[in-house]
Amino acid sequence: MIPAPFAYARPTTVDEALEAVASGGEDVKILAGGQSLIPVMRLRLAAPETVVDLTRVAELRGVREEEDAIVIGAMTTHSDVLSDPLIARYAPLIAEATGTVADRQVRHRGTFGGALAHADPAGDLPAVALALDAEFVIAGLQGRRTVPATEFFVDYLTTALEEGELLVEVRVPKLGGTWGMRYEKFNRVAQAWSIVAVAAVVRREEGRIAEARIGLTNMGPTPLRAHAVEAALVDVEATGEAVAAAAEHAAEGTSPSSDLNAQADYRQHLATVLTRRAVTVAAGL
Amino acid sequence: MTLAEEPTTATPEKEIGKARRRKEDARLITGRTTWTDNMVLPGMLHLAVVRSPVAHAKITNVDLSAAREAPGVVAVFSGQDFKEEQGSIPCAWPVTPDMVNPGHPSVAVDEVNHVGEAVAVIVGRTKSAAQDAVELVDVDYDLLPPVLDMEQAVAQGTGLCHDHLESNESFTFVFDAGDAGTGVDTEQAFADADVVVSRRFVQQRLIPAFMEPRSVVVQPQGDNYTLWSSTQVPHILRVMLAMVTGVPEHKLRVVAPDVGGGFGGKLQVTPEEVLSLLVARRLGKPVKWTETRSESLMSAHHGRDQIQYIDIAADREGNVKGLRCRILADMGAYLRLVTPGVPVLGAFMFTGIYKFPAYRFECRGIFTNKVPTDAYRGAGRPEATFAVERIMDELAVELGMDPLELRRKNWINAEEFPFTTVAGLEYDSGDYETATRQALELIGYAELREEQRRRRESGDPVQLGIGFSTFTEMCGLAPSRVLGSLSYGAGGWENASIRMLPTGKVEVVTGSTPHGQGHETAWSQLVADSLGVPFEDVEVLHGDTSVSPRGLDTYGSRSLVVGGAAVMKAADKVVAKARRVAAHMLEADEDDLEFSGGTFSVRGTPGTGLSIQEIALATFAAHNFPEGMEPSIDAEATFDPVNFSFPHGTHICAMEVDTETGMVKIRKYASVDDVGVVVNPLIVEGQVHGGLAQGIAQALYEEAVYDADGNLTTGTFVDYLVPSAADLPHFDTGNTVHAAPGNPIGAKGVGEAGCIASTPAVVNAALDAVRHLGVSDILMPLTPERVWRAIHQGGDGGGRATAGTVAWGGASTETTTGVSTDESSLGGDR
Ligand SMILES: Cc1cc2nc3c(=O)[nH]c(=O)nc-3n(C[C@H](O)[C@H](O)[C@H](O)COP(=O)(O)OP(=O)(O)OC[C@H]3O[C@@H](n4cnc5c(N)ncnc54)[C@H](O)[C@@H]3O)c2cc1C
Repeated sequence: MIPAPFAYARPTTVDEALEAVASGGEDVKILAGGQSLIPVMRLRLAAPETVVDLTRVAELRGVREEEDAIVIGAMTTHSDVLSDPLIARYAPLIAEATGTVADRQVRHRGTFGGALAHADPAGDLPAVALALDAEFVIAGLQGRRTVPATEFFVDYLTTALEEGELLVEVRVPKLGGTWGMRYEKFNRVAQAWSIVAVAAVVRREEGRIAEARIGLTNMGPTPLRAHAVEAALVDVEATGEAVAAAAEHAAEGTSPSSDLNAQADYRQHLATVLTRRAVTVAAGL
Repeated sequence: MTLAEEPTTATPEKEIGKARRRKEDARLITGRTTWTDNMVLPGMLHLAVVRSPVAHAKITNVDLSAAREAPGVVAVFSGQDFKEEQGSIPCAWPVTPDMVNPGHPSVAVDEVNHVGEAVAVIVGRTKSAAQDAVELVDVDYDLLPPVLDMEQAVAQGTGLCHDHLESNESFTFVFDAGDAGTGVDTEQAFADADVVVSRRFVQQRLIPAFMEPRSVVVQPQGDNYTLWSSTQVPHILRVMLAMVTGVPEHKLRVVAPDVGGGFGGKLQVTPEEVLSLLVARRLGKPVKWTETRSESLMSAHHGRDQIQYIDIAADREGNVKGLRCRILADMGAYLRLVTPGVPVLGAFMFTGIYKFPAYRFECRGIFTNKVPTDAYRGAGRPEATFAVERIMDELAVELGMDPLELRRKNWINAEEFPFTTVAGLEYDSGDYETATRQALELIGYAELREEQRRRRESGDPVQLGIGFSTFTEMCGLAPSRVLGSLSYGAGGWENASIRMLPTGKVEVVTGSTPHGQGHETAWSQLVADSLGVPFEDVEVLHGDTSVSPRGLDTYGSRSLVVGGAAVMKAADKVVAKARRVAAHMLEADEDDLEFSGGTFSVRGTPGTGLSIQEIALATFAAHNFPEGMEPSIDAEATFDPVNFSFPHGTHICAMEVDTETGMVKIRKYASVDDVGVVVNPLIVEGQVHGGLAQGIAQALYEEAVYDADGNLTTGTFVDYLVPSAADLPHFDTGNTVHAAPGNPIGAKGVGEAGCIASTPAVVNAALDAVRHLGVSDILMPLTPERVWRAIHQGGDGGGRATAGTVAWGGASTETTTGVSTDESSLGGDR
């Protein structure tokens, strides 16, 4: 279908982009890869007055190293993420999850920042960012601020981004060596969103699980951390039994929706199975 | 080699049987062709259709004023504007004399009966101008309760789908073998039987989901009209549009240019085709309408949607004694072209390949406030095949017999062909045992059974099951007399003509209009063999009623077996005429001429050859022609077979079921199909693969779901789950060949076989994996949730939550934005 008419701006710097957003009128939408925004506009579920296209803002694209973190530009495409050596080395979980996103065509356009700013509860990257304790760098006309992942995802399709602000980049702590990671995605066909997915990040120490961070996809209006599982996995023997017992807590505090793919109780069951499987792999069992 | 030897002319390689790549594919795949939506005519206007966001309501007011004033809008019409001239969408298959047809306006006048029904049409100078004005049309609806559930719809004191009718029932169609004299009394057979097994199966609603959206262009020229449409049936469309709109048939030319798929979904006379013609006539201007994908999913006809109550009777030894089928078939809100005929066609296939002595079929067509159903790949036969192949498994379980052993005991043996079934059909040829043996080998049956045993014993979370479908189907929708006896509104013949051009090239005109099947390639192969001309020298013309004036188009696996047969007959006539010319030119007797490899030669006189292509040039010149013969060797033929053809085969599916999550995964799939003589193995393989994909999709993925308000919540491809290659297993395919006796090619048709056969094999396989856990049925599609519930909570997996998924903000259908009620469950944030 055809979107409603809109004005269009294509800035080349972050400052220009912020200006364009500020002067774009009542309802301004930022366009990254367009893989979520354009369908919504074509279905006329969104009819922005102005669309500010970030694809020419070169400074937003790419991954760099900064002391104990890697910094991923918001406009880095999913396919760039997949081939990036820093991500492969320090945050392979991101690449693993990104590899499950949609198909090649979508991954060539869709962006890391767009997927996070969109905050679709069924999207794969929010739970990953949450499990990795990522930080979100946000720019506004007044300057920049940094928001931790736990505060970035506010509600269904809603983030800490205020009107007029841009997500600029995401800082992900370097986790290598003793850290194991796994993304367990459950969906019905290859190109579909997650019905439920679990991102597990586990620090191993001599046959023990020292700590674990678990992110849950699509178990509520925002991505969630499975705190009860994490609590059960502090300094425990790395055994299948311990992991299975901890995973039983995966659904605690979740409020998943009921839809065509799954009703809430089944989602909660899936969360326990997938958590067990994700942690098992991440713990090297 | 010595010089004295005669140079041997190698007989040209036979084209029939060659795995030719399809000559049409380069242009189709690269888009270097004119799809209907590519057409641009000078001064062309664009239509956008305003659709009902509610399932059932009286229209109390339609305010078009704001839309009429919108920029770029030329005109806006509602049902009131066309009520005198729009007639009703035709239903060409009144299956019983007293069938109730509520009438189907192209644009609603007083009431709407399903979400997505057209209520107004905008005419704009551009597509976007028309689309922008859609939101400006203000319709007042007086809501009525929707009828959505067939079992409730037939209960006493229930609401009505159409309040001017007495009930929600359109017809009851009965076939009783006892009454027809083709079997014994069914009630008696059940009374006498040792064992009776009864099941309720649900054929969910499906959406044909063709790749190219529907599109129509109409050009008025004086009182003549040319209508281009992305349709399967230009010939039928022409007749029907003439009858509906009063545009005389000879003033109407219909063209189906290259068409990107249909699967039955474009076997229709659509409201939008009628509307486009009416608007073009009213304004005297060319118009175009092209649907969006959302419009397609919610307003193009759907398929399947039956509830089947199946009883099977047998003795303890496993000899079947009777089959009784009571079917509720969802018509949707209206009857379209062959809506009621689809389940009735199935009536003759429920007994499958088995020798039932008694059979009774009873089908009630039911109205609900949903988009109408109609043909979808297989049309009636997948429903029938599913029922019989599922109930055979259930009977085997009841008897404690191996499911294959039970089938073997009851199927028609190879030496029994031709065999007249209890449903009155004469099956032409085949060998079920051989096909089954081959399929068992292909899949590695013994090893899989062994693995299944191991997984069961160890209590593996992933269980393995094996499912069978030993099927047959009826193909080549033709015999005009048979169709007549079923009250079908048209014949089933097919027409072809062959034109020999002066340069020796050949034009073949076919009435069977392709929409992706590869007719151009297969017909070229047929003609290349018959006329002995190079494959490349044949051009196949189709799809334009002024180029190919007579035809009945493509559906029901009829093209090769009926349309191809007509081509063969036309080629025979060309050869006969050319023979006479050759005899004249070679000064020989016709009887002394030999025709081989495209050349006529006088028997026993080497070096006297005259090729048919040379004869074509001589005919063009006509300088030296036989006395009294018209200077033409072109020919036309019409073929109308006396019987259907009956492809058959054995499909075996091996399925892994993850009992922890309910996820099912096809481990292996083997099929051995007998489609008669194979003209092009590559095309046959492609049809089998595509058919398998769609049959598997019914078993595992696809379902059109309506919520409690009648909103289609599977309104995008996010929620209407069409699998891709990535989701399907490798297919091990094989063939046996038993030529069809009923047509000159010996082909049986392959367009639907994979789709018909596979669904029950897949479901049977999943059940075989978890039957020991107490599961005896799971509703289709086998979503992981349903499988998990069936294993852990009992039952058949139950209904699904009807809300669309949250992706894209729960975008269900574009018209349903903002009209949800407390009952609806559109999902997302609205
Ligand atoms: C067929 C298909 C399948 C998909 N499957 C999956 C899947 O399995 N898993 C998955 O996770 N995703 C999936 N997606 C979504 C995909 O990952 C999208 O790319 C992603 O959600 C949005 O990224 P984008 O760059 O396209 O953003 P856009 O669509 O351009 O933008 C999305 C939203 O974010 C806002 N936005 C974007 N960038 C910024 C920024 N820098 N600052 C502030 N706001 C911003 C936009 O205004 C908009 O509201 C799928 C998409 C499609 C089309």
